[in-house]
Amino acid sequence: MKKIGFIIVCLSGALLLYATQDFPRWGDPNSPANTHVSPRYIQKTLEETDVPNAVTSILADYRGYDTMFETTVIFAAGMSCLILLRVFKRKEEDRYYRHISTGVTLRVKGEKTIPEKSKEFERIDTIWTPYDLIIKTVSRFLVPFIQLFALYVLAHGHESPGGGFQGGVIFGASFIILAIAFDLRTALRRFKEKTDGLLAALGVFIYAGIGALCLLLGGNFLNYKELARIFPFNKIEARAYGILGIETGVFIAVMAVMVCIYVNIVSEGRHDEGL
Amino acid sequence: MIPQLDIFILTLVIVCAIAAISVKDLLGCAILFGAYSFMMCLLWAIMGSVDVAFTEASVGAGVSTVFFVAAVFRTTRRTKD
Amino acid sequence: MEALIHHVVGKYNYWLYIILMMIGLYAMIAKNNLIKKLVGMNIFQTAIILFYVSIGCKKGATIPIIEEHAGMGEHAIRVADYINPLPHVLMLTAIVVSVSTFGVALALAVKIYQQYKTLEEDEILMRLREK
Repeated sequence: MKKIGFIIVCLSGALLLYATQDFPRWGDPNSPANTHVSPRYIQKTLEETDVPNAVTSILADYRGYDTMFETTVIFAAGMSCLILLRVFKRKEEDRYYRHISTGVTLRVKGEKTIPEKSKEFERIDTIWTPYDLIIKTVSRFLVPFIQLFALYVLAHGHESPGGGFQGGVIFGASFIILAIAFDLRTALRRFKEKTDGLLAALGVFIYAGIGALCLLLGGNFLNYKELARIFPFNKIEARAYGILGIETGVFIAVMAVMVCIYVNIVSEGRHDEGL
Repeated sequence: MIPQLDIFILTLVIVCAIAAISVKDLLGCAILFGAYSFMMCLLWAIMGSVDVAFTEASVGAGVSTVFFVAAVFRTTRRTKD
Repeated sequence: MEALIHHVVGKYNYWLYIILMMIGLYAMIAKNNLIKKLVGMNIFQTAIILFYVSIGCKKGATIPIIEEHAGMGEHAIRVADYINPLPHVLMLTAIVVSVSTFGVALALAVKIYQQYKTLEEDEILMRLREK
């Protein structure tokens, strides 16, 4: 297999290297990729949409249909991870509990359990993790600031690099930090599974909903200038606000899906123990 | 687009890629994969595409490495080749 | 000699990107472990994204965020001053799709390990034939 692989790789590499003879020089401003459609986007983005960041305006306004299906792909990936891995049957192993005031560790065999909300016993993981005060304190301090930064990245997608995806991933990563520094059940208590699924669907729904709203108001699908009929801004600002609305939808969907994929992979679908 | 910086980081990228597929320990592979992602992010930032670099830094060098380590935690760590 | 050096300086970037793509392709075909194949797939994807992003680069141009006062008055926006934003948009979608497939592929690898207790491809094929 290795020899066949090597031969295939050498042949394809040689073909591609031969094909680079026709390419334009690297950095050429007159190459075919730079002279057909993109000069129009660069020249007209500020006067047509009032958004200085050309990448955001192309992503969310000129090519907004592609971005809607990209959000659907992320939603489908999150749901596939959930469907593949989620099991509801309890693993038949022993569970470990610790008495909080004295520190004594109990091992409960078989199917009996101690109820979750009891005030004297807390559940600890089967794989022993050391108790680390620095990581717990620092992560508890950092998580609100990470979330604030994620909201800033979303809101400033118009003027600086950023937007919905980057902010959504950072917001999801804040929950993952909580799950790694403490244990998985602490993070799941703050962000339950039902909330997770609903938020992922809500993100895609906001995106398609704004498009359908433009359709109901008389224009084409995802043509934001129709939003100026019901909201008190003019047609150019309506595009900027439409972009902000759909970026919010993408933010919510990406955040929920990142947490969903992590929780399902690290706990093998059982949602009780993890890294 | 300083050419010396370009060539230096491209060489580092190729070295990281070859190392990531050659080590026999999957946790080392995960860390090298994160380093490869981060070098790619630097390369794109040098070329001027700041949006793509931001996305790759948060997605590739952040969340993707965490998924990889979580999967290695639930499967085995050694590999035969 | 001058023409050769001129030719090499204009094209060496593309050659290095093709070498990176071939490293990823080799890992996908020739490695036995499933997770090494996944790493190879991801290397291939990021090398292609690098190639596309480098197409939109222009010498001496700045990032594609148009300044506030650029379109006012009689100065038109000079297109050669800003790098091409269209490949960046397409590659944002590509990065997001790549992380989605990576997540689903890792979930599949965990499921395969639960069933066959190994991640090497030849051992899995052997256990499939035994059943």
